[in-house]
Amino acid sequence: MTHMFFILTVALYCCAAAAYLACLVRTSSLLTRWAGRILAVGFTAHLLSTIHLAVNMKYLPLTNMQESLSFFSLAVVGGFIFFERKYKVTTLGSFIIPVALLMLTASSTLHEQSRQLPPILQSNWFWFHALLAFASYACFTIAAGVAVMYLIQRYFLKTKHFGALFQKLPSLETMDDISYRCLTVGWPLLTVAIISGSIWSDQAMGSYWIWDRKQTWSLIIWIIYAALLHGRITIGWRGKRAAILSIIGFIVVLFTFFGMKHSIVW
Amino acid sequence: MNIIVVGLSHKTATVKIREKVAFSPNQIETPLAELISLDGIIEGVIVSTCNRVEIYATTRDIAGGIARIKRFMAEYHHLQFEELEPHLYSYHAEDAIRHVFRVASSLDSMVVGEPQILGQIKTSYGYAAEYKSSGIILNRFLHKAFSVAKRVRTETKIASSAVSVAFAAVELAKKILGDLSDKTVMLIGAGEMCELAAKHFINSGAKGVMVTNRTFERAERLAEEFGGEAVPFESFLEHLHRADIVLSSTGAPHCIIGPKDAEEVVKRRRFNPIFFIDIAVPRDIDPKVDDVENAYLFTVDHLQEIVQANLAQRGLEAEKAEEIINQEIGQFHKWLSTLEVTPTIVSLRNRFDEIRRAELEKTISGWKDLPPDAEKRLEALTLAMMNKLLHAPTSVLKQAGQGGRVDLYIDALRQLFGLEALRREDEELELEE
Repeated sequence: MTHMFFILTVALYCCAAAAYLACLVRTSSLLTRWAGRILAVGFTAHLLSTIHLAVNMKYLPLTNMQESLSFFSLAVVGGFIFFERKYKVTTLGSFIIPVALLMLTASSTLHEQSRQLPPILQSNWFWFHALLAFASYACFTIAAGVAVMYLIQRYFLKTKHFGALFQKLPSLETMDDISYRCLTVGWPLLTVAIISGSIWSDQAMGSYWIWDRKQTWSLIIWIIYAALLHGRITIGWRGKRAAILSIIGFIVVLFTFFGMKHSIVW
Repeated sequence: MNIIVVGLSHKTATVKIREKVAFSPNQIETPLAELISLDGIIEGVIVSTCNRVEIYATTRDIAGGIARIKRFMAEYHHLQFEELEPHLYSYHAEDAIRHVFRVASSLDSMVVGEPQILGQIKTSYGYAAEYKSSGIILNRFLHKAFSVAKRVRTETKIASSAVSVAFAAVELAKKILGDLSDKTVMLIGAGEMCELAAKHFINSGAKGVMVTNRTFERAERLAEEFGGEAVPFESFLEHLHRADIVLSSTGAPHCIIGPKDAEEVVKRRRFNPIFFIDIAVPRDIDPKVDDVENAYLFTVDHLQEIVQANLAQRGLEAEKAEEIINQEIGQFHKWLSTLEVTPTIVSLRNRFDEIRRAELEKTISGWKDLPPDAEKRLEALTLAMMNKLLHAPTSVLKQAGQGGRVDLYIDALRQLFGLEALRREDEELELEE
C-alpha cells in the first residue's frame, strides 16, 4: 500500500517536473495550470504514503536515509506549493521540482530496512524537532533555488542576453523578495528546531549539547543563515552577495544532511 | 462569384511607387465609383495605407477582372501601365481570401503584429459601405476578416510584445525592479525619446518623476507636465539615489555619471538596484557603471536588441495565426460557394419537393376508399402547383445570373426558405462593435 503510493508519487513528480521544465520553453497558461495540478496530486499521494507509513510504524518515518530523503522532498514540495501560491512564480518550479524528484528517486533506490525504533526516538521532542528541521531545510532549498535563478537572470542582464529564459524568469526584485522571505521563515524554524533538538538530547543523553557532528554542523548552518539575515537587515546585503551566500548555506545543509550521521540515532 | 485582390505593398514596391498609387481618403468616392463601373466588376473596396494599396473586388471573370483593375490603377493615377505592372500582385479564390485575412491579422505588415492595419481596413471598408461600392459578398468577407483578425489577436501573442524602444525600456525595468508602482524616474536632459520613455514609465504606474536640465526653466516646465519635481543640474547627483530609473540624454561631450558616482548611489540606496538608460550620443553614463553591483546600465542599442528579439518571437506566434486563418478560409469558402445560381435552384426545388411529398404522403395514407387513379392525379396536381410557384423565382435567378443582384437574391432565398443554416452569429457580433 505504502509502496503503491510511493510509486504513484514518483510518477506524478516526474510528470510535474517535466511540465515545469516545459514551462521554461513554452508559454501556455494551460501547461502552467496542469503542472500545478499534477504536483498537488503528487504531493497528496506523497503525504498519504508518508502518513500511512507513520501509522504503520507508529512513529515518524525518519529512521534511515531512505525515509529521511523522502521526507525532505515532501517538505520541499510542500514549501514550493506554499511559495508559488503566494508569489505566482511558475519558473521556480522548473528549478525546485526536479530537485525534489531527484531526492525522491534517490530515496527509492535505497533499500534500507526500516529499523526498529530505538527507545531514544520515542519522544515528542524528537517529532517536534524533526518536523521543524525539515521545514527549515525546505525553506533553505527554495532560497537556494531562487538564488540560482537570480544569478542566471543577473548574468543575462549584465551580459545583455535577452533570450527566452530571460523572458521567463521573474524580476530580480521578486526573486530577492522570495529569497528574503524564505530566510525569515527558515531561520526561526531552524532556531526552534535546534532548541527542541537539544531538549531532546538532554532527555536522551542527559546533556543539552554533546558536540556531536550533527549538532556542530547544524550550529554552523544556523550561523551562516544568521549572518546572511543580519547582513541583509542591517547593511542591506542583497542581490548577488545574498544569492551566493544562500547557495553556500544550502550546500552546507546538504553536506550535513548526507554526511553527518546523528550519533544519537545511528 | 469570385473574390479578387489586386495591389502592391512594402514587399513589392518602394515608397516612391507606393505614394504614387495611394488613394486619398478625402476623395475616395470617385475611384470607388469608377471601380464598380468597370466591366465585370460587381463590388469593390479600396484599401490605401502608407505601406499598401489594395483593391478587393468581386467578379465572374477572374482574368478579365484582374486585368481591368490593374489598368484602372495605372490610369487613375496617370501612370504608365508597364511601369506599375511589375509591382502589382493579384490573387483570386482561396488565395485572395487568405491574403486579406493575413493582412487584416497584421501578418503581412512590415512590423508583424502591429495593430493599426486592422483599423485602416475597417475605415476603408467604412467608405466602401458608405458609398455602396461593397455588396453582400464583400460585406460578409470583410466582416469575416475582422473576426479572424480578432481571433488571431486573442488566441496568439502576436501583438503582445514590446516593439517600441520606449516600451522595451519599461519591460526591462520590470525585469529588474519588479512592480513599478512605487518607483521613481529621473530624467536627465531633454529629448523626445527621453520624454516618451518617461511617459511610458508613468503609464506603467511609476510613482514619482524628477527632472533635471542645464536650463532649469526647461526642467521646471517638464516637471510640471509630468507632475514631478525639478532638480538643479549642478546638484543632480545629490538626488540620484532617490531614483530607481534614470533616463539620460544630455548633449554633454563627456560622461556625467561615472562608476564612482554609481557606487556611491548604490550604497546610499542600501544596495537596492538602480536602472540606468543612456540615450545620449556621445554617452552620458560611463559604460563601467554596468560593472557596479546592483547598477544596471543599458543603451539604446541594447533596447533595440530587445525589440528585435520580440520581433523574432512574433514570427513563432505567426505560425499559430496562419493555422487559425487556414481554418477560417474553409468556412468562408463554403459560404461563398452556396452563392451560386444552379445549386441554389436545385436546393430550392428539393426543399419544395420534400414538402410536397411529405404532405401528399400524409393525405393519401389517411384516405380510405381512395379512387383508383386519385393518387396519380394528386401527384400531377401538386407537381404542377410546385412548378408554377417555382417558375418565376427560377427564371429571375437565371436572368440575373450575370449581375450583382443575383447574390442578394440568392442570399435572401437561402435565408427565407431556410435552405442552409448559414453562420451569421459571428458577423452580427462584429457589426455591433
